[in-house]
Amino acid sequence: MAEAAVLPASPALRRVPGRFWIVPPAALLALLFFYPLVLIVQQAFLDDSGMANVAEFARVLHARFFLNALLNTITISVAATAGCLIVGLVLGLILAFVPFPGSGVIARLIDTFIALPTFLVTLAFTFLYGSAGMLNAGLMEVFSLRAPPVDFLYSTWGVVLAEVTVYSPFVLRPLLAAFSLVDRGQIEAASVLGARPFRIVRQVILPAAVPALIAGGSLCLLLTVNEFGIVLFIGAKGVITLPLLIYSKAIQESAYQVACIIAVINIALSLGLFGLYRFAAGRMGM
Amino acid sequence: MSVPAFTGSNVMDVDAAKIRGAGSNVHFDKVSVAYGAHVVLHPLTLDIAPGEILAMIGPSGSGKTTALRAVAGFVRPASGRIRIGATDVTDLPPYERGLGMVVQNYALFPHMRVEDNVAFGLRAQGADKALIGERVKDSLATVGMSGFSKRYPRELSGGQQQRVAIARALAVRPRVLLLDEPLSALDAQIRRNMVEEIAKLHRDLPGLTILYVTHDQTEALTLADKIAIMRDGRVSSHGPTAELYRRPPNRFTAEFLGRANLLPVTVAEGAAGPKGLATAKLGDAVLAGVARGEKPGDKTLLCIRPQHLSLTGDEEHTNRIVGTLREVHWQGELTHLVLDVDGTPVRVSATRLPVSLPERGSAMPLFFTPGDTSLVPEDVRG
Repeated sequence: MAEAAVLPASPALRRVPGRFWIVPPAALLALLFFYPLVLIVQQAFLDDSGMANVAEFARVLHARFFLNALLNTITISVAATAGCLIVGLVLGLILAFVPFPGSGVIARLIDTFIALPTFLVTLAFTFLYGSAGMLNAGLMEVFSLRAPPVDFLYSTWGVVLAEVTVYSPFVLRPLLAAFSLVDRGQIEAASVLGARPFRIVRQVILPAAVPALIAGGSLCLLLTVNEFGIVLFIGAKGVITLPLLIYSKAIQESAYQVACIIAVINIALSLGLFGLYRFAAGRMGM
Repeated sequence: MSVPAFTGSNVMDVDAAKIRGAGSNVHFDKVSVAYGAHVVLHPLTLDIAPGEILAMIGPSGSGKTTALRAVAGFVRPASGRIRIGATDVTDLPPYERGLGMVVQNYALFPHMRVEDNVAFGLRAQGADKALIGERVKDSLATVGMSGFSKRYPRELSGGQQQRVAIARALAVRPRVLLLDEPLSALDAQIRRNMVEEIAKLHRDLPGLTILYVTHDQTEALTLADKIAIMRDGRVSSHGPTAELYRRPPNRFTAEFLGRANLLPVTVAEGAAGPKGLATAKLGDAVLAGVARGEKPGDKTLLCIRPQHLSLTGDEEHTNRIVGTLREVHWQGELTHLVLDVDGTPVRVSATRLPVSLPERGSAMPLFFTPGDTSLVPEDVRG
């Protein structure tokens, strides 16, 4: 029998300096993120007595309260994202391409919205557009009305408006960064060649801003899908979204398995959106 | 893929007459531009004739680009009017002025193919599809880029991108073509080729009026019918290119256009004879130069180009000065010498040198022809 030759260790098997540095962050991530996530997923398939119960999953998926919440979540997040994209785009174009004194200050002021808690805008909206808010009080006083005439705040559209107000800066910020990179020479060349402003925006500026729009829009979609504070604070009748439904089932009804089932679906929805964003971003070379 | 030059034959192939548009004149009527209290262009009155290439040259901040941008409509004059042909365009937006423009960094639309870049202006002006197709084809053929129509700008070299930018500007049949330092981003070799090719292009499209802004005097001298030299927001001098080069009207023009040697002299005798030569004294030397009305006793400058100074005298090179050799720079086809003549540095560009040059610090005679000189008044503004 031939003696096996002793081969030198391949470079891949050699000790990599600092390889243990992965342990602390991995442990922290497992403890704070993955373990609770696993618990939620596990709880989604166990009833309150700890027995496996897959049928409950199917029941929740077909339940009216869940389907309504899912529809509300999708409607609100898509509408709010579209609103954010429109508001962010219009504001971005004005701030980046219409020279006026103080545009930088305005951009920074809009930025500060990112730092504020989301319910603060809702609170301000209540003061402004609520039943007893300034707008309604003023209109009732001026036109001698008995009931408040403006009643959109406590509806789906009130939630959408609040979310558009809060999350538009998340579109505006990357857009302003993208607009700052647009070659002004291209805009001038287009203009000299006979293109009017709308065509320049459509054919020269927007193509350069597509990655920023995708990034900002995806972020808005993720945030609005999971938005809790605004929906809760407005308290619109019948406007229940997935996060609010999870809260309601877990805290108010103590139906933990149902709450966990909805949470799993909410997580899947978020991760799916994030995956789509990464895929789109990868295709755009972002 | 190699790029054919946009030669006359290219144009002939695609029917040059199709490209030729009736150029318009451009008239600046006391046009001034100011940013707040800072005046960047003092009242400018200037004409560019139809089919003429006017080069505006000058150092940075001299107002040349501002003047071009005022024509394009990107800068609003504080006063004065701009007319293109019979139209007063002062209050028109850029998209209604009927111009073409090529800038330093090409400004091609990166997300569009070459053919779409070239078609952009025509689409913006609502041209029909058949015309767009024809014009795109003709314009790309004119600049020798027919084989690149499906490429994106990022797939082209700098020189190729600049050709596409020129094709894009030509496709709309502009009344005036504005070229804003179009070759500055190219390396020296490609720049030289492009200058020659733009000159050929203009020969093939003689009706095209071109305003060419550059800081490169070689581009201006090669291409321009006339040159306007800008300084501190004003036109320092303006005239036919050759005339401005041969008889610069002031020190700034003489130095900026061709780095002339300027020797301070005192006029001894005013202009005389058919050649209009005056005599002037530089120290003990008596020199003859082409006069422009100087009187005896006037202190003025004798302008002589470095390449007109010879190291050997003959019956033509009758003017003689003596300087002290300071520096010798060999640059292949030319050798540059710097001498000190009565405290004034004098540059000499020589194609042939004597077998043995004197040592640095030695006295050395220089010779030149009176007809190659001119008397230039000292700038009042320094």
